[in-house]
Amino acid sequence: MGRYIIHRVVSMVLTIFFIVTITFFLMHAIPGGPFTREKPLPEAIIKALNEKYHLDDPVWKQYLDYWKDLLRGDLGPSFQLKHRSVNELIGLGFPITAKLGMVSILFTLLLGLPMGIISALRQGKWEDYTTMFIATLGVTIPSFVLATVLIYLFGVVWKIFPVMSSKLTRPIEYVMPVIALSGYSLSFIARLVRSSMLDVIQQDYIRTARAKGLSELRVIYKHALKNAVIPVVTYLGPLAAGLLTGSFVIEKLFSIPGMGGYFVNSVSNRDYTMIMGSTIFYSVLLVVMNFIVDIVYVLVDPRIKLVTVKEG
Amino acid sequence: MGTNIEQALFQPLETQTRAEDEIVRPSLTYWQDAWRRLKANKPAMIGLTIIIIIVLSAIFVPLFWPYDYSTQIRGHENQGPSWEHPFGTDSLGRDLFIRVIYGARISLSIGLVASIINLTIGVLYGGISGYIGGRVDNIMMRIVDILYGVPLLLYVILLQVVLEKPIEQAFETTFLRVFKGVGSDLILIYIVLGLVYWVNMARIVRGQVLSLKNQEFVLAAKAQGASGWRIILKHLIPNTIGPIIVTVTLAIPSAIFTEAFLSFIGIGVSAPMASWGTLASDAYRGLRSYPYLLFFPAACICITMIAFNLLGDGLRDALDPHMRK
Repeated sequence: MGRYIIHRVVSMVLTIFFIVTITFFLMHAIPGGPFTREKPLPEAIIKALNEKYHLDDPVWKQYLDYWKDLLRGDLGPSFQLKHRSVNELIGLGFPITAKLGMVSILFTLLLGLPMGIISALRQGKWEDYTTMFIATLGVTIPSFVLATVLIYLFGVVWKIFPVMSSKLTRPIEYVMPVIALSGYSLSFIARLVRSSMLDVIQQDYIRTARAKGLSELRVIYKHALKNAVIPVVTYLGPLAAGLLTGSFVIEKLFSIPGMGGYFVNSVSNRDYTMIMGSTIFYSVLLVVMNFIVDIVYVLVDPRIKLVTVKEG
Repeated sequence: MGTNIEQALFQPLETQTRAEDEIVRPSLTYWQDAWRRLKANKPAMIGLTIIIIIVLSAIFVPLFWPYDYSTQIRGHENQGPSWEHPFGTDSLGRDLFIRVIYGARISLSIGLVASIINLTIGVLYGGISGYIGGRVDNIMMRIVDILYGVPLLLYVILLQVVLEKPIEQAFETTFLRVFKGVGSDLILIYIVLGLVYWVNMARIVRGQVLSLKNQEFVLAAKAQGASGWRIILKHLIPNTIGPIIVTVTLAIPSAIFTEAFLSFIGIGVSAPMASWGTLASDAYRGLRSYPYLLFFPAACICITMIAFNLLGDGLRDALDPHMRK
């Protein structure tokens, strides 16, 4: 176990190192630099700006400086929004995104798990067909389509839920963004749990549990469920990634001032430091998340042999 | 010694009876078998039919349709669906039906590019990495791990931003001018997809190759002096064709989705061309007054995604009996 963790930590650090490096040099490969405008700025101003942001230093020095700042947790200033640092923008936006993400994860698990379990236990019955039909739709309909349809039907035509969720202060404002954001992962988890549940209830130990006279409820919830939900743990990493990228468009559509919205804006404004900072922030977040998920996975499932150590 | 065997008991069977007693069914090749299984799978066949319809209309409808994607018909602005304009018209009086059809061309071309990339870069990368093994495999897979640790969409956005200017410039100055009709932003999406969309395939092919390369038929090929390339291309990859086809079929909708997503957030295909994502994004602004403008492109995205996914699931069941639950 110790060796496995060390191995994973090393590969995590390497991944982060490469992502930062790739992002940095990609951003510096852009011709013209961040101050190129439709109407060219006067020479002197560009020079002053370059000096202020140390853009006239040699690239390797800028790279080292970037690392120095990064290790102190400083992602630098935003090029487009004056007097704002990337850290501030992330600090403003991320809590809102995180709040939405947490609620979405809860919603996904609270609805996705029962959907999968019911579908598996009632295999071939109408409950199974209905849930799997919904799940197939959920996996294939893109989040932005789902969101626009929800906004049109429930926001514009029937006026049940507010269209602009603004600050996410009232619970009712969560309803539509959360549904739109978790539609995909919810359906994915339902399908995942269904197939692993079907697998588990055919196992011998379930027959043993039934044979010794346990009630069906106890068999399912005490014995089958524990093993059936293990695959869900592996999906938590991709789930987090899906929610983050999904938030780009959901926050834009519902006018939620979260980090996803900032990121999309920074992309369309070509705010290079902000793009760079957000990419690195997202990447580190996800890489660390995947690391934790992998460790948890080994802890919850004693059957897993640590093959990666041998392989890597 | 002198046992008398009555010859009459040992008459040969008549051909007819023999054929009737035979319990072997006609032998099917792998492909016939797969096709038979696929045909029995209703959702997959529905998906296949929809895909064929979309492909045919994307190719042939623009040939006879009276309008072009950029034709602005005066006096026909903001019309709802009618016989003349089945999907209605937008605020500039452009026929939405033909714009959606052109959107289908864009989406399908992106699907095509994604599958070519998967079949070349992805398959070869995974094949080489798995076959050579050892340190080469280790390094090659580290690269894939780094790409895989972060959602591909982030790289796509990053590359899209970085490559935008150089590509535009290349289109102004170099021989690439010939391709200007295609649009530099579309080419940019192809390139960006090409840079990252092979990762999944590489992982799957590598895994398959790792489990195959120690089998006897590979040893036999080696013993006959086949080169590494020959073993990868002629022996290993044909044996992983099932998972490869399934992965391609599922990579197509994912690429189409990525393009629609990029266009929807405003960094994809730009005017006057329009992909489904752009159309949906434009329509979103006028959602209150002209909801039909959103309905048709959104429905097209969904139907295409569902069709490819149904076919992909069906192909998985048909081509890869082991993966069936």
